[in-house]
Amino acid sequence: MTTLHPPAATRSRPVPPEARRDRRSWTGWGFLGPFVAVFALVFLAPIVYAIYLSLFREQLIGGNTFVGLDNYQQALRDDRFWAALGRVSLFLVVQVPVMLCLALLVALALDSGRLYGRDFFRVSIFLPYAVPAVVATLMWSFMYGTRYGLVGDINDALGVSLPDPLSADLMLASIGNIVTWEFIGYNMLIFYAALRVIPDSLYEAAQIDGAGQWRIITAIKLPAIRGALVIATIFSIIGSFQLFNEPSIMRPLARNAITTDYTPNFYTYSLSFNGQQQNYSAAVAIIMGLITMVIAYVVQLRGTRKGV
Amino acid sequence: MHKHSRLLLRSIGLVCALALGATACGDSDDGGSSGKAVSEADVKAALKKGGEITVWAWEPTLKQVAADFQKENPKVKVNLVNAGTNADEYTALSNAISAKKGVPDVAQIEYYAIGQYALSKGLTDLSAYGAGKLAAHYSPGPWSAVKAGTDSVYALPMDSGPMALFYNKKVFDKYDIEVPGTWDEYVEAARKLHEADPKAYITADAGDAGFTTSLLWQAGSRPYSVVNGTNVKVDFSDQGATTFASTWQKLLDEDLVAPVSSWSDDWFKGLGDGTIATLPIGAWMPANLESGAKEASGDWRVAPLPQWKEGGKSSAENGGSSLAMPELGKNEALAYAFIEYANSGKGVQTRLDAGAFPATTEDLQSSTFQETKFPYFGGQQANKIFAESAADVADDWQYLPFQVYANSIFNDTVGKAYVSDTKLSDALKSWQDASVKYGKEQGFTVQ
Repeated sequence: MTTLHPPAATRSRPVPPEARRDRRSWTGWGFLGPFVAVFALVFLAPIVYAIYLSLFREQLIGGNTFVGLDNYQQALRDDRFWAALGRVSLFLVVQVPVMLCLALLVALALDSGRLYGRDFFRVSIFLPYAVPAVVATLMWSFMYGTRYGLVGDINDALGVSLPDPLSADLMLASIGNIVTWEFIGYNMLIFYAALRVIPDSLYEAAQIDGAGQWRIITAIKLPAIRGALVIATIFSIIGSFQLFNEPSIMRPLARNAITTDYTPNFYTYSLSFNGQQQNYSAAVAIIMGLITMVIAYVVQLRGTRKGV
Repeated sequence: MHKHSRLLLRSIGLVCALALGATACGDSDDGGSSGKAVSEADVKAALKKGGEITVWAWEPTLKQVAADFQKENPKVKVNLVNAGTNADEYTALSNAISAKKGVPDVAQIEYYAIGQYALSKGLTDLSAYGAGKLAAHYSPGPWSAVKAGTDSVYALPMDSGPMALFYNKKVFDKYDIEVPGTWDEYVEAARKLHEADPKAYITADAGDAGFTTSLLWQAGSRPYSVVNGTNVKVDFSDQGATTFASTWQKLLDEDLVAPVSSWSDDWFKGLGDGTIATLPIGAWMPANLESGAKEASGDWRVAPLPQWKEGGKSSAENGGSSLAMPELGKNEALAYAFIEYANSGKGVQTRLDAGAFPATTEDLQSSTFQETKFPYFGGQQANKIFAESAADVADDWQYLPFQVYANSIFNDTVGKAYVSDTKLSDALKSWQDASVKYGKEQGFTVQ
């Protein structure tokens, strides 16, 4: 038995693997094909095309030429691009923590079960997220008006003179206010959903141990929703870096405050549509994409490391 | 749908080419069509033969013109498409041209943008159709904008915007302010008005490239010069520009102009309630005032544009647009027939009746036009002032061949003078630098 076994195994081995490998390569592709085709077309092709575009330069005089990495070099030395990146970074550092803290507070309040009219409260906090960004921005722009808007009315009624929210100095804060208003509800929902799945047994155990509400929050709730916090932070980082709608819609009201290079995204848009510099615009977009990826990745690493 | 109509156009083009020879209906893919002369008979034959043309325009009065044109030429179909207003249309047009797909046969293009499209052979030279002969029909400002070099004509002027000073007479009377004849007097009037009513401003200006270039034009500054289409000079340091900057600086320093963007709701409200008391702007403004500031009907009047020198007589164009034929358009003979009908033929009167402001001298000088009374201006014969202004426009002004881009960054650069301590002259210099930088990147020889 034992002496017969190995030869049988070696004899049977060489033949089937080849046949199996052969069959596997075809059927495998058959299953994978549709996905690969869609993936290549929808995800890879645009990126590849953008990279391809970024290697050329089309000029009004001189036509289209291959310039290698010139566009990237130019972008890395472009003050306007770095200024735009600096602006959204400032936005990120100030607005995102404020928004997430508020969203967390609201979620904890909802979850505490001590809120009267909880459903109404939840819906009204979430409602702004359901309002299209365009409408929300237009609405806020009207309110910000110092001549005929809400700010103007307050000035008239109380005889005060509030600073102009649409001035160059306050514009970023005004945009931050709109974005916060829009996205508190969304983040609140992520946190609230995470809080709801915490098993009741933990709370019971905490009660038995005599833990207060504050202790329950810091020792049970927050650690349990760390994953949701990291996700919401990453979404917010990406959202900040991609800031476009709000400045673009408010620009007609304050062209001097919102320049064509106000945010990196708005800058690529202007390059491409005002200046017909699609190639350079593609290079800037790719650099911006890489920066966003790196920062989001670092946050994710840190977030999960703490979790372990 | 798109493929269908393109196929249709192509087959129509083929039929035309067979019937008339390549001259009338030539496919523009071969590059230049400037060499080919197209006679009036060719155009007429094309009209008889019929076909379809696509016209991109936002000018509302063209709707009636297109309808009339189709009535006169039953076999011709005009697709009038609003592809966006000014910059939006240019974006669409540039995209269509670079994609070589869906390019209209006729496009509305403002004077300041013609250079950009004429360059790199984006537009058909209409001199092949005898457009050069029409020179005498048009007032000098618009005509200088559509022609390039000695005999190329890239569009036919559709309307014009000789500048005048629109002012709210009720406000002026209330505070006993005289209508300013010079810009220095204008500054005085601004001070007096703002002192009397801190909520009222002489005008609204939040930084507008078209307005600034027009005032520079009037002040005798010639910041742009273009030689051979590729040699470009940008210089905001000449005498005219200095005069403009120092005068306007006073208005900015003393906060005498309302920081309200043109065409915003606040702007129209201010025009209506008297807190924006004057508007130095193009002659196409009346219709906008009538619809946007109804409540001030009867309050406003028109006066000649203030002068930079006492007793001077100079004016400038502000806005205004033309109809041009992109080279990649298909049905050239029909397209030209339409442009000529709309901007030089019967269409002109149709558009005047609907409230457009003409670019044709004959109409500007006709007594019916000049004696038209505007109820909005308390029965004033405002066209007399506009016509006089049109005649006073110096015709040697040039825009950059990339003015669309330059205007798009105006608020990034000159805008600083409106919201910070930056001086207007320095801000103009930074606009100049940014324009020069872009010009160089685009392969121009820039000085």
